[in-house]
Amino acid sequence: MNTKRTELKVSAIRNGTVIDHIPSENVFQVFKILNLDNTSRQVYFGTNLDSKKYGKKGIIKISNKYFENEEISKIAIVAPTATIIEIKDYDVTKKGKVTLPENINNIVKCFNPKCVTNHQNVPTSFRVIEDHKGKMKLLCKYCEKTMGQENIEFL
Amino acid sequence: MIKIKNRSLVSITDYTKDEILRILDIAEGFEEDQRQKILRDYVIATLFFEPSTRTRLSFESAVQYLGGSIVGFASPDVTSVTKGETLKDTILTVSNYSDLIVMRNPMDGSARYASEVSPVPIINAGDGANQHPTQCLLDLYSIRKTQGSLDNIHIAMVGDLKYGRTVHSLVQALSLWNTTFHFVSPESLKMPSSVKTWVKKAGLEYHQYTDFMEVMPKADILYMTRIQGERFPDPLEYEKVKNAYVLDNSMLETSKDNLRILHPLPRVNELNEDVDGNPKAYYFQQAKNGVYVRQALIAAILGLK
Ligand SMILES: [Zn+2]
Repeated sequence: MNTKRTELKVSAIRNGTVIDHIPSENVFQVFKILNLDNTSRQVYFGTNLDSKKYGKKGIIKISNKYFENEEISKIAIVAPTATIIEIKDYDVTKKGKVTLPENINNIVKCFNPKCVTNHQNVPTSFRVIEDHKGKMKLLCKYCEKTMGQENIEFL
Repeated sequence: MIKIKNRSLVSITDYTKDEILRILDIAEGFEEDQRQKILRDYVIATLFFEPSTRTRLSFESAVQYLGGSIVGFASPDVTSVTKGETLKDTILTVSNYSDLIVMRNPMDGSARYASEVSPVPIINAGDGANQHPTQCLLDLYSIRKTQGSLDNIHIAMVGDLKYGRTVHSLVQALSLWNTTFHFVSPESLKMPSSVKTWVKKAGLEYHQYTDFMEVMPKADILYMTRIQGERFPDPLEYEKVKNAYVLDNSMLETSKDNLRILHPLPRVNELNEDVDGNPKAYYFQQAKNGVYVRQALIAAILGLK
Protein backbone atom coordinates (compact mmCIF):
# COMPACT_ATOMS: atom_id res chain seq x y z
CA MET A 1 0.00 0.00 0.00
CA ASN A 2 1.14 3.49 -0.81
CA THR A 3 0.21 4.88 2.55
CA LYS A 4 2.41 2.36 4.29
CA ARG A 5 5.39 3.22 2.14
CA THR A 6 4.81 6.88 2.83
CA GLU A 7 4.72 6.25 6.55
CA LEU A 8 8.06 4.55 6.28
CA LYS A 9 9.68 7.47 4.57
CA VAL A 10 8.26 10.26 6.72
CA SER A 11 8.15 9.82 10.47
CA ALA A 12 4.82 9.74 12.26
CA ILE A 13 3.91 12.59 14.59
CA ARG A 14 2.12 12.33 17.88
CA ASN A 15 0.13 15.57 17.73
CA GLY A 16 -0.21 17.97 14.86
CA THR A 17 -1.21 18.20 11.24
CA VAL A 18 -0.32 16.21 8.14
CA ILE A 19 -0.74 17.90 4.80
CA ASP A 20 -0.93 15.07 2.29
CA HIS A 21 -1.33 14.88 -1.50
CA ILE A 22 0.54 18.08 -2.20
CA PRO A 23 1.70 18.25 -5.83
CA SER A 24 5.42 17.42 -5.48
CA GLU A 25 6.59 20.58 -7.18
CA ASN A 26 4.58 22.75 -4.76
CA VAL A 27 5.87 21.39 -1.46
CA PHE A 28 8.29 24.24 -0.98
CA GLN A 29 5.64 26.78 -1.88
CA VAL A 30 3.40 25.38 0.86
CA PHE A 31 6.39 25.52 3.17
CA LYS A 32 6.87 29.15 2.38
CA ILE A 33 3.27 30.35 2.69
CA LEU A 34 2.89 28.64 6.07
CA ASN A 35 6.17 30.20 7.14
CA LEU A 36 7.50 26.77 8.15
CA ASP A 37 11.10 27.76 7.54
CA ASN A 38 10.83 29.99 10.62
CA THR A 39 9.02 27.67 12.98
CA SER A 40 10.48 26.13 16.10
CA ARG A 41 8.17 23.13 15.77
CA GLN A 42 9.27 19.78 14.39
CA VAL A 43 8.52 19.58 10.68
CA TYR A 44 8.99 16.55 8.44
CA PHE A 45 8.49 16.58 4.74
CA GLY A 46 8.87 14.43 1.68
CA THR A 47 8.63 14.99 -2.04
CA ASN A 48 8.33 12.67 -5.03
CA LEU A 49 6.57 10.01 -2.99
CA ASP A 50 4.51 7.55 -5.02
CA SER A 51 0.81 8.23 -5.10
CA LYS A 52 -1.81 6.09 -6.80
CA LYS A 53 -3.96 9.10 -7.65
CA TYR A 54 -1.42 11.77 -8.55
CA GLY A 55 1.70 9.94 -9.68
CA LYS A 56 4.13 11.82 -7.45
CA LYS A 57 3.10 13.66 -4.34
CA GLY A 58 4.53 15.60 -1.45
CA ILE A 59 3.72 15.48 2.22
CA ILE A 60 4.39 17.78 5.18
CA LYS A 61 3.94 16.91 8.85
CA ILE A 62 4.00 19.60 11.51
CA SER A 63 4.05 18.77 15.19
CA ASN A 64 1.74 20.53 17.63
CA LYS A 65 0.13 22.75 15.06
CA TYR A 66 -3.48 22.98 13.80
CA PHE A 67 -4.38 25.35 11.00
CA GLU A 68 -6.94 28.15 10.87
CA ASN A 69 -9.31 28.54 7.90
CA GLU A 70 -7.31 31.36 6.41
CA GLU A 71 -4.17 29.23 6.37
CA ILE A 72 -6.10 26.35 4.81
CA SER A 73 -7.29 28.74 2.05
CA LYS A 74 -3.68 29.58 1.37
CA ILE A 75 -2.79 25.89 1.12
CA ALA A 76 -5.73 25.35 -1.24
CA ILE A 77 -4.44 28.02 -3.61
CA VAL A 78 -1.05 26.39 -4.14
CA ALA A 79 -2.08 22.79 -3.52
CA PRO A 80 -5.73 22.34 -4.49
CA THR A 81 -5.44 18.53 -4.23
CA ALA A 82 -4.12 18.54 -0.65
CA THR A 83 -5.69 16.69 2.25
CA ILE A 84 -5.45 18.03 5.79
CA ILE A 85 -5.20 15.39 8.50
CA GLU A 86 -5.27 16.34 12.16
CA ILE A 87 -3.53 13.97 14.54
CA LYS A 88 -4.03 13.69 18.27
CA ASP A 89 -2.02 11.10 20.19
CA TYR A 90 -1.15 9.26 16.97
CA ASP A 91 -4.84 9.00 16.01
CA VAL A 92 -6.48 10.73 13.10
CA THR A 93 -9.11 13.03 14.59
CA LYS A 94 -10.06 14.96 11.46
CA LYS A 95 -9.41 14.46 7.76
CA GLY A 96 -10.61 16.46 4.82
CA LYS A 97 -9.66 17.86 1.44
CA VAL A 98 -8.79 21.52 1.31
CA THR A 99 -11.49 23.62 -0.28
CA LEU A 100 -11.05 26.83 -2.14
CA PRO A 101 -13.11 29.73 -0.85
CA GLU A 102 -15.21 31.71 -3.35
CA ASN A 103 -13.23 34.84 -2.65
CA ILE A 104 -9.67 35.38 -1.54
CA ASN A 105 -9.25 38.64 0.29
CA ASN A 106 -5.99 40.29 1.19
CA ILE A 107 -3.86 37.12 0.97
CA VAL A 108 -2.29 37.30 -2.49
CA LYS A 109 -0.83 40.09 -4.54
CA CYS A 110 -2.23 41.04 -7.98
CA PHE A 111 0.31 40.10 -10.66
CA ASN A 112 -0.67 43.07 -12.83
CA PRO A 113 1.90 45.81 -12.11
CA LYS A 114 -0.58 48.45 -13.28
CA CYS A 115 -3.32 47.28 -10.90
CA VAL A 116 -4.54 49.90 -8.42
CA THR A 117 -3.90 47.46 -5.57
CA ASN A 118 -0.17 47.72 -6.28
CA HIS A 119 -0.18 51.53 -6.11
CA GLN A 120 -2.72 52.55 -3.48
CA ASN A 121 -3.54 51.22 -0.06
CA VAL A 122 -6.28 48.87 -1.30
CA PRO A 123 -6.74 45.35 0.12
CA THR A 124 -6.67 42.85 -2.74
CA SER A 125 -9.73 40.78 -3.56
CA PHE A 126 -10.04 37.91 -6.02
CA ARG A 127 -12.82 35.64 -7.14
CA VAL A 128 -11.81 32.00 -7.56
CA ILE A 129 -12.83 30.81 -11.03
CA GLU A 130 -12.02 27.99 -13.45
CA ASP A 131 -10.77 28.55 -16.98
CA HIS A 132 -12.01 26.55 -19.99
CA LYS A 133 -9.56 23.76 -19.14
CA GLY A 134 -10.87 23.51 -15.57
CA LYS A 135 -7.76 25.12 -14.08
CA MET A 136 -8.06 27.38 -11.07
CA LYS A 137 -7.66 31.09 -11.77
CA LEU A 138 -7.97 34.18 -9.63
CA LEU A 139 -9.96 37.08 -11.05
CA CYS A 140 -8.96 40.45 -9.60
CA LYS A 141 -12.00 42.44 -8.48
CA TYR A 142 -10.25 45.67 -9.46
CA CYS A 143 -8.24 45.30 -12.67
CA GLU A 144 -10.38 42.32 -13.86
CA LYS A 145 -7.28 40.38 -14.92
CA THR A 146 -7.07 36.67 -14.23
CA MET A 147 -3.93 35.00 -12.98
CA GLY A 148 -2.99 31.36 -12.80
CA GLN A 149 -1.17 29.50 -10.09
CA GLU A 150 2.20 30.27 -11.64
CA ASN A 151 1.70 34.00 -10.97
CA ILE A 152 0.56 33.77 -7.39
CA GLU A 153 2.59 35.68 -4.85
CA PHE A 154 1.47 36.01 -1.24
CA LEU A 155 1.30 39.35 0.52
CA MET B 1 -35.41 45.37 -12.70
CA ILE B 2 -33.63 48.44 -13.92
CA LYS B 3 -31.30 50.03 -11.41
CA ILE B 4 -29.26 52.84 -12.88
CA LYS B 5 -30.03 55.72 -10.51
CA ASN B 6 -27.22 56.56 -8.08
CA ARG B 7 -25.13 53.63 -9.26
CA SER B 8 -21.59 53.93 -10.59
CA LEU B 9 -20.76 52.56 -14.03
CA VAL B 10 -17.30 50.96 -13.97
CA SER B 11 -17.52 48.10 -16.43
CA ILE B 12 -20.10 47.41 -19.15
CA THR B 13 -20.81 44.07 -17.44
CA ASP B 14 -22.20 46.03 -14.46
CA TYR B 15 -25.30 46.57 -16.60
CA THR B 16 -27.92 44.06 -17.64
CA LYS B 17 -29.27 43.93 -21.19
CA ASP B 18 -32.33 45.93 -20.10
CA GLU B 19 -30.20 48.57 -18.43
CA ILE B 20 -28.09 48.96 -21.57
CA LEU B 21 -31.24 49.26 -23.70
CA ARG B 22 -32.67 51.86 -21.32
CA ILE B 23 -29.57 54.04 -21.76
CA LEU B 24 -29.73 53.66 -25.56
CA ASP B 25 -33.43 54.63 -25.56
CA ILE B 26 -32.77 57.73 -23.46
CA ALA B 27 -29.87 58.61 -25.78
CA GLU B 28 -32.24 58.48 -28.74
CA GLY B 29 -34.34 61.11 -27.02
CA PHE B 30 -31.27 63.34 -26.77
CA GLU B 31 -30.48 62.81 -30.43
CA GLU B 32 -33.94 64.17 -31.24
CA ASP B 33 -33.74 67.01 -28.75
CA GLN B 34 -30.23 67.58 -27.49
CA ARG B 35 -30.60 70.84 -25.54
CA GLN B 36 -32.63 69.87 -22.49
CA LYS B 37 -31.45 71.95 -19.54
CA ILE B 38 -32.23 69.37 -16.89
CA LEU B 39 -28.81 69.65 -15.22
CA ARG B 40 -29.08 73.34 -14.37
CA ASP B 41 -28.63 72.86 -10.63
CA TYR B 42 -25.97 70.18 -10.90
CA VAL B 43 -22.18 70.10 -10.81
CA ILE B 44 -20.30 67.33 -12.57
CA ALA B 45 -16.61 66.67 -11.85
CA THR B 46 -14.31 65.49 -14.62
CA LEU B 47 -11.10 64.13 -13.12
CA PHE B 48 -8.58 63.21 -15.80
CA PHE B 49 -5.51 61.71 -14.14
CA GLU B 50 -4.14 61.25 -17.63
CA PRO B 51 -5.01 63.43 -20.59
CA SER B 52 -7.62 62.18 -23.05
CA THR B 53 -8.88 65.24 -24.81
CA ARG B 54 -11.42 63.46 -26.98
CA THR B 55 -13.18 61.66 -24.14
CA ARG B 56 -13.09 64.67 -21.86
CA LEU B 57 -14.53 67.02 -24.47
CA SER B 58 -17.30 64.54 -25.22
CA PHE B 59 -18.29 64.32 -21.54
CA GLU B 60 -18.00 68.07 -21.01
CA SER B 61 -20.05 68.77 -24.10
CA ALA B 62 -22.71 66.37 -22.81
CA VAL B 63 -22.85 68.23 -19.48
CA GLN B 64 -22.98 71.64 -21.20
CA TYR B 65 -25.85 70.63 -23.50
CA LEU B 66 -27.74 69.62 -20.37
CA GLY B 67 -27.04 72.98 -18.74
CA GLY B 68 -24.82 71.61 -15.97
CA SER B 69 -21.58 73.01 -14.55
CA ILE B 70 -18.18 71.35 -14.62
CA VAL B 71 -15.32 71.28 -12.15
CA GLY B 72 -12.17 69.21 -12.46
CA PHE B 73 -8.82 68.87 -14.15
CA ALA B 74 -7.61 67.76 -17.55
CA SER B 75 -4.26 66.35 -16.42
CA PRO B 76 -2.78 65.75 -12.99
CA ASP B 77 0.25 68.07 -13.22
CA VAL B 78 -1.43 71.10 -11.66
CA THR B 79 -3.21 69.30 -8.85
CA SER B 80 -2.46 67.91 -5.43
CA VAL B 81 -2.27 64.49 -7.10
CA THR B 82 1.29 65.24 -8.08
CA LYS B 83 1.99 66.08 -4.44
CA GLY B 84 1.23 62.47 -3.61
CA GLU B 85 -2.38 62.69 -2.48
CA THR B 86 -4.06 59.28 -2.49
CA LEU B 87 -6.83 58.53 -4.96
CA LYS B 88 -9.20 57.99 -2.05
CA ASP B 89 -8.52 61.47 -0.64
CA THR B 90 -8.96 63.12 -4.03
CA ILE B 91 -12.27 61.33 -4.56
CA LEU B 92 -13.56 62.10 -1.07
CA THR B 93 -12.64 65.76 -1.48
CA VAL B 94 -14.10 66.20 -4.94
CA SER B 95 -17.30 64.40 -3.97
CA ASN B 96 -17.96 67.36 -1.66
CA TYR B 97 -18.01 69.65 -4.68
CA SER B 98 -20.03 67.61 -7.17
CA ASP B 99 -23.03 65.35 -7.76
CA LEU B 100 -21.24 62.87 -9.99
CA ILE B 101 -17.62 62.17 -10.89
CA VAL B 102 -16.35 61.25 -14.34
CA MET B 103 -12.89 59.78 -13.90
CA ARG B 104 -10.09 58.68 -16.18
CA ASN B 105 -7.05 57.17 -14.49
CA PRO B 106 -4.09 55.18 -15.83
CA MET B 107 -4.25 52.54 -13.06
CA ASP B 108 -6.17 49.37 -13.91
CA GLY B 109 -9.01 48.92 -11.45
CA SER B 110 -8.87 52.51 -10.17
CA ALA B 111 -12.49 53.11 -11.17
CA ARG B 112 -13.82 50.14 -9.18
CA TYR B 113 -11.84 51.34 -6.18
CA ALA B 114 -13.07 54.91 -6.60
CA SER B 115 -16.67 53.66 -6.79
CA GLU B 116 -16.19 51.88 -3.47
CA VAL B 117 -14.91 54.91 -1.60
CA SER B 118 -17.00 57.61 -3.27
CA PRO B 119 -20.29 58.83 -1.77
CA VAL B 120 -21.36 60.08 -5.24
CA PRO B 121 -21.63 57.90 -8.37
CA ILE B 122 -18.55 57.42 -10.57
CA ILE B 123 -18.57 57.06 -14.34
CA ASN B 124 -15.45 55.31 -15.56
CA ALA B 125 -13.99 57.21 -18.51
CA GLY B 126 -11.17 54.66 -18.85
CA ASP B 127 -9.10 52.93 -16.17
CA GLY B 128 -5.78 52.06 -17.74
CA ALA B 129 -6.02 49.05 -20.03
CA ASN B 130 -9.13 47.80 -18.26
CA GLN B 131 -12.56 49.29 -19.07
CA HIS B 132 -14.12 52.20 -20.93
CA PRO B 133 -17.85 51.50 -20.73
CA THR B 134 -19.13 54.69 -22.37
CA GLN B 135 -17.13 53.81 -25.51
CA CYS B 136 -18.93 50.49 -25.48
CA LEU B 137 -22.34 52.12 -25.05
CA LEU B 138 -21.76 54.49 -27.94
CA ASP B 139 -20.63 51.57 -30.11
CA LEU B 140 -23.84 49.71 -29.27
CA TYR B 141 -25.88 52.83 -29.96
CA SER B 142 -24.19 53.21 -33.36
CA ILE B 143 -24.77 49.57 -34.29
CA ARG B 144 -28.44 49.71 -33.34
CA LYS B 145 -28.89 53.05 -35.08
CA THR B 146 -27.39 51.85 -38.38
CA GLN B 147 -28.78 48.30 -38.41
CA GLY B 148 -32.16 48.91 -36.80
CA SER B 149 -31.57 46.33 -34.06
CA LEU B 150 -28.83 44.66 -32.07
CA ASP B 151 -30.07 41.18 -32.95
CA ASN B 152 -28.51 38.93 -35.60
CA ILE B 153 -25.60 41.22 -36.40
CA HIS B 154 -22.45 39.92 -38.10
CA ILE B 155 -19.64 42.03 -36.76
CA ALA B 156 -16.10 41.92 -38.12
CA MET B 157 -13.44 43.22 -35.73
CA VAL B 158 -10.18 44.08 -37.42
CA GLY B 159 -6.64 44.85 -36.23
CA ASP B 160 -5.21 44.54 -32.74
CA LEU B 161 -7.65 42.17 -31.05
CA LYS B 162 -5.18 41.08 -28.39
CA TYR B 163 -4.65 44.35 -26.54
CA GLY B 164 -7.62 46.40 -27.74
CA ARG B 165 -9.82 46.89 -24.70
CA THR B 166 -12.64 48.43 -26.73
CA VAL B 167 -13.13 45.26 -28.75
CA HIS B 168 -13.03 43.08 -25.64
CA SER B 169 -15.80 45.07 -23.94
CA LEU B 170 -17.81 45.19 -27.13
CA VAL B 171 -17.65 41.40 -27.49
CA GLN B 172 -18.83 41.01 -23.89
CA ALA B 173 -21.72 43.40 -24.42
CA LEU B 174 -22.78 42.02 -27.82
CA SER B 175 -22.81 38.52 -26.35
CA LEU B 176 -26.10 39.56 -24.72
CA TRP B 177 -27.61 39.54 -28.22
CA ASN B 178 -27.57 36.97 -30.99
CA THR B 179 -24.33 38.14 -32.58
CA THR B 180 -21.92 36.36 -34.94
CA PHE B 181 -18.32 37.46 -34.47
CA HIS B 182 -15.63 37.59 -37.16
CA PHE B 183 -12.16 38.25 -35.76
CA VAL B 184 -9.59 39.51 -38.27
CA SER B 185 -6.02 39.99 -37.05
CA PRO B 186 -2.41 39.04 -37.56
CA GLU B 187 -1.46 35.76 -35.88
CA SER B 188 0.36 37.57 -33.06
CA LEU B 189 -2.58 39.84 -32.18
CA LYS B 190 -5.43 37.32 -32.07
CA MET B 191 -8.39 37.63 -29.72
CA PRO B 192 -7.41 36.27 -26.26
CA SER B 193 -8.88 32.93 -25.26
CA SER B 194 -10.66 34.47 -22.26
CA VAL B 195 -12.74 36.60 -24.64
CA LYS B 196 -13.43 33.66 -26.95
CA THR B 197 -14.55 31.61 -23.93
CA TRP B 198 -17.02 34.37 -23.17
CA VAL B 199 -18.50 34.03 -26.67
CA LYS B 200 -18.71 30.25 -26.40
CA LYS B 201 -20.36 30.41 -22.99
CA ALA B 202 -23.02 32.67 -24.48
CA GLY B 203 -23.68 29.94 -27.06
CA LEU B 204 -22.54 32.16 -29.94
CA GLU B 205 -20.30 31.63 -32.94
CA TYR B 206 -16.98 33.22 -33.78
CA HIS B 207 -14.68 32.83 -36.78
CA GLN B 208 -11.05 33.85 -37.05
CA TYR B 209 -9.25 35.15 -40.13
CA THR B 210 -5.89 36.52 -41.05
CA ASP B 211 -7.11 37.56 -44.51
CA PHE B 212 -9.06 40.80 -44.31
CA MET B 213 -10.89 40.41 -47.64
CA GLU B 214 -12.45 37.09 -46.68
CA VAL B 215 -14.73 38.78 -44.20
CA MET B 216 -15.86 41.65 -46.41
CA PRO B 217 -19.02 40.11 -47.96
CA LYS B 218 -20.22 38.76 -44.59
CA ALA B 219 -20.13 41.77 -42.29
CA ASP B 220 -22.89 44.18 -41.24
CA ILE B 221 -20.46 46.12 -39.07
CA LEU B 222 -16.75 46.55 -39.72
CA TYR B 223 -15.07 47.58 -36.48
CA MET B 224 -11.58 48.86 -37.24
CA THR B 225 -8.83 49.30 -34.61
CA ARG B 226 -5.29 50.62 -34.56
CA ILE B 227 -2.32 48.30 -34.74
CA GLN B 228 0.43 49.87 -32.64
CA GLY B 229 4.06 49.20 -33.44
CA GLU B 230 5.07 49.08 -29.77
CA ARG B 231 2.92 45.96 -29.30
CA PHE B 232 5.36 43.92 -31.35
CA PRO B 233 8.50 42.52 -29.74
CA ASP B 234 9.95 42.14 -33.22
CA PRO B 235 9.87 45.28 -35.43
CA LEU B 236 10.14 43.09 -38.55
CA GLU B 237 6.91 41.35 -37.62
CA TYR B 238 5.21 44.75 -37.36
CA GLU B 239 6.50 45.81 -40.79
CA LYS B 240 5.00 42.63 -42.22
CA VAL B 241 1.50 43.11 -40.85
CA LYS B 242 1.02 46.86 -40.54
CA ASN B 243 -0.31 47.31 -44.06
CA ALA B 244 -2.33 44.09 -44.21
CA TYR B 245 -5.14 45.60 -42.14
CA VAL B 246 -5.54 48.97 -43.80
CA LEU B 247 -8.96 49.66 -45.27
CA ASP B 248 -9.29 51.62 -48.49
CA ASN B 249 -12.35 52.45 -50.52
CA SER B 250 -11.78 49.91 -53.31
CA MET B 251 -11.89 47.07 -50.78
CA LEU B 252 -15.51 47.87 -49.93
CA GLU B 253 -16.82 46.80 -53.36
CA THR B 254 -17.83 43.32 -52.23
CA SER B 255 -19.38 44.51 -48.96
CA LYS B 256 -23.09 44.49 -48.14
CA ASP B 257 -25.19 47.62 -48.68
CA ASN B 258 -26.02 47.89 -45.01
CA LEU B 259 -22.36 47.65 -43.92
CA ARG B 260 -21.18 50.49 -41.72
CA ILE B 261 -17.60 51.15 -40.65
CA LEU B 262 -16.88 52.00 -37.02
CA HIS B 263 -13.62 53.06 -35.38
CA PRO B 264 -13.04 54.29 -31.80
CA LEU B 265 -10.76 57.09 -33.16
CA PRO B 266 -8.21 58.54 -33.38
CA ARG B 267 -7.09 56.66 -36.45
CA VAL B 268 -3.50 56.36 -37.60
CA ASN B 269 -3.27 54.84 -41.06
CA GLU B 270 -5.66 51.87 -40.84
CA LEU B 271 -8.51 53.84 -42.42
CA ASN B 272 -7.53 55.41 -45.68
CA GLU B 273 -8.98 58.91 -46.08
CA ASP B 274 -10.62 57.87 -49.35
CA VAL B 275 -13.09 55.86 -47.22
CA ASP B 276 -14.39 59.05 -45.56
CA GLY B 277 -16.58 59.98 -48.54
CA ASN B 278 -18.18 56.54 -48.72
CA PRO B 279 -21.70 56.49 -47.21
CA LYS B 280 -20.64 53.36 -45.33
CA ALA B 281 -18.15 55.38 -43.26
CA TYR B 282 -19.82 56.05 -39.91
CA TYR B 283 -16.96 56.82 -37.51
CA PHE B 284 -17.48 60.56 -37.18
CA GLN B 285 -21.20 60.12 -36.57
CA GLN B 286 -20.20 57.41 -34.07
CA ALA B 287 -18.17 59.98 -32.12
CA LYS B 288 -21.16 62.33 -32.19
CA ASN B 289 -23.36 59.55 -30.79
CA GLY B 290 -20.97 59.48 -27.85
CA VAL B 291 -22.34 62.82 -26.65
CA TYR B 292 -25.99 61.59 -26.73
CA VAL B 293 -25.03 58.43 -24.88
CA ARG B 294 -23.09 60.34 -22.21
CA GLN B 295 -25.99 62.77 -21.79
CA ALA B 296 -28.28 59.79 -21.31
CA LEU B 297 -26.00 58.10 -18.81
CA ILE B 298 -25.48 61.20 -16.67
CA ALA B 299 -29.21 62.00 -16.68
CA ALA B 300 -30.18 58.43 -15.80
CA ILE B 301 -27.65 58.08 -12.98
CA LEU B 302 -28.81 61.37 -11.47
CA GLY B 303 -32.40 60.13 -11.72
CA LEU B 304 -33.44 62.86 -14.13
CA LYS B 305 -34.56 60.51 -16.93
ZN1 LIG C 1 -5.57 43.52 -10.13
